[in-house]
Amino acid sequence: MQRHLISAADLTRDDAVLILDTAEEMARVADRPIKKLPTLRGRTVVNLFFEDSTRTRISFEAAEKRLSADVINFTAKGSSVSKGESLKDTAQTLEAMGVDAVVIRHSASGAPYRLATSGWIDAAVVNAGDGTHQHPTQALLDAFTMRRRLVGRDAGLGKDLDGRRITLVGDILHSRVARSNVDLLHTLGAEVTLVAPPTLLPVGVETWPCEVSYDLDSTLPKSDAVMLLRVQRERMNAAFFPTEREYSRRYGLDGDRMAKMPDHAIVMHPGPMVRGMEITAEVADSDRCTVVEQVANGVSIRMAVLYLLLGGNEPAVSHARPTEEK
Amino acid sequence: MSKTLIRGAKVLGGEPQDVLIDGTVVEAVGTNLSAEGAEVVEADGKVLLPGLVDLHTHLREPGREDSETVLTGTRAAASGGYTNVFAMANTFPVADTAGVVEQVWRLGQESGYCDVQPIGAVTVGLEGAKLAELGAMHESAAGVTVFSDDGKCVHDAVIMRRALEYVKAFNGVVAQHAQEPRLTEGAQMNEGVVSAELGLGGWPAVAEESVIARDVLLAEHVGSRVHICHLSTAGSVEIVRWAKSRGIDVTAEVTPHHLLLTDELVRSYNPVYKVNPPLRTERDVMALREALADGTIDIVATDHAPHPHEDKDCEWAAAAMGMVGLETALSVVQETMVDTGLLDWAGVADRMSFKPAKIGQATGHGRPVSAGEPANLTLVDAAYRGQVDPAGFASRSRNTPYEGRELPGRVTHTWLRGKATLVDGKLT
Ligand SMILES: [Zn+2]
Repeated sequence: MQRHLISAADLTRDDAVLILDTAEEMARVADRPIKKLPTLRGRTVVNLFFEDSTRTRISFEAAEKRLSADVINFTAKGSSVSKGESLKDTAQTLEAMGVDAVVIRHSASGAPYRLATSGWIDAAVVNAGDGTHQHPTQALLDAFTMRRRLVGRDAGLGKDLDGRRITLVGDILHSRVARSNVDLLHTLGAEVTLVAPPTLLPVGVETWPCEVSYDLDSTLPKSDAVMLLRVQRERMNAAFFPTEREYSRRYGLDGDRMAKMPDHAIVMHPGPMVRGMEITAEVADSDRCTVVEQVANGVSIRMAVLYLLLGGNEPAVSHARPTEEK
Repeated sequence: MSKTLIRGAKVLGGEPQDVLIDGTVVEAVGTNLSAEGAEVVEADGKVLLPGLVDLHTHLREPGREDSETVLTGTRAAASGGYTNVFAMANTFPVADTAGVVEQVWRLGQESGYCDVQPIGAVTVGLEGAKLAELGAMHESAAGVTVFSDDGKCVHDAVIMRRALEYVKAFNGVVAQHAQEPRLTEGAQMNEGVVSAELGLGGWPAVAEESVIARDVLLAEHVGSRVHICHLSTAGSVEIVRWAKSRGIDVTAEVTPHHLLLTDELVRSYNPVYKVNPPLRTERDVMALREALADGTIDIVATDHAPHPHEDKDCEWAAAAMGMVGLETALSVVQETMVDTGLLDWAGVADRMSFKPAKIGQATGHGRPVSAGEPANLTLVDAAYRGQVDPAGFASRSRNTPYEGRELPGRVTHTWLRGKATLVDGKLT
């Protein structure tokens, strides 16, 4: 593994499988009465959030606390961050405080990369979402969810997603989740299809390691998993599509459409779901929909990532358990 | 009057000759010249060019003196071999009145390193809504001949048409920064495969090309001339080529960085590569080089855009756009055009001195190196190779993309009307 986790594209197949396997071990901790490991005791992790995301921050915070790290939350929203230099200033402050890892969320694409490469700070950097660029832990938790559902919880250990067919639907253009997922799922051997109106597909998407379609109905029968992406209502005003109604007619997932999917196929959503336009309540509430699992899996994945980036030569969970039982 | 004898210089890259400067003018060009009491500069086969002229420089004064001043900017110009620069109008306050352009012109006169010709804004406050007093700026002491809202596009077709028509009264020219604003909302870099991967807002080529297409048609319609700033795409080249073949009076410029660098460099997220228009693709770079060689693109202009360190030492989205260019322009042109065999030194003199002076009506600049002409000259050690070290820049800002990069050529001497402003690479 590299020292930082900035992009899903930085992960090799072996790195990714190692993270997924480690996350399975971490998931067992959640089943225990005391959901805590001593792994990162004495280490300080900062959650540096320049952009609002309560869900992601809480998920990281839970992961850090379960690993016994000291957690500092720094929320910069509303302060003078638009001046730009404050990322550097903040980094240098954290450096002076001897921070071991920085989990950063930023509205500017590339901000975590800058933080990791500009010599402003020595800590490990974990990208918790930057602009429209990447959100690697989201892609990892999605892959983790797919492997559990499509391959199996224990049967999946050591395995990738070879040959699984995954469809991502919605606003690909503005989605860091889509970018991260395409990179990671390709690395894990899955066949990815992106479905969106042409206005919501990025220029050059034909060079990405995936298929592209404008037609959801023809894609559904050959999908093992369908991931719906959030479509922001503002996009309508910027003429990315004519009306909400037309969008949901062509790209929304309702019960009839879900019935076209193979029986084993699952429905995913990175959340928060806006019921109506992209997904109907019927689909969201069905047991094929993995949204709630994705949230739980997010904590396990983030524990695995922080453990692997910071744990160094400390014992892994599976070895730690017998020691504890002594 | 003082005399200087430049011995053994390849004038415009030709056979070695001697050039004798007497006072402010070239007295003679020939072989085995001698002059009693003249200061002798041994040129040793260096290339002698007419003083370079930059039609597109940002000097930042008034208003952003922390980035550059007329004095530091003209010192940078002299270091780079320039004897005349046109100062863009996007200052604070904007150079949209006779008062501001006269101030800039006067500061240039006082600097003594390089002549400064202010460019006047086309519209009040660069807002694109109301024509500035173009005539008053032309009649002022600054004698403005070039008008531009550079930094912004004159986007309203009617305003652009009126500006093109209006400046005909005094043979002015409108220099357009071609950027369709709606197509470039949130733009951070060239729109393409790299921007999609990096998640940075795209600046599509068509946003430049569509404005150029409209403006050459407007210039044809009203029978005026238009100058297109910093062409950056292969498509823009095609449009200008078509317009010229049709007889439309259009001229165009390319920056040194668009002749050398591509959007692949943005993968570093290093804001030193953030510039407007953005760095494009390899295909665009090759088309621009060819167009400069065949004359479709008339001139090289630096778009020297100084910014203080803190405006670049941050994340990409927050960083200012632009790079300094006066001190490296000739080296980049040598690398991309001369050393590749696309242009000879006479061609460089044409694209970096004769033609820009003609477009901007810079009297006394862009003249042949011959007896009786003003002694605005630049001596280049073309055999030199070395790494770019911004620490040695005369510009107040150091935002260069070439730090540590090996580039050929070095300006060793610059003369402004016979007075040396640069000697052995050092400012006087
Ligand atoms: Zn410009």
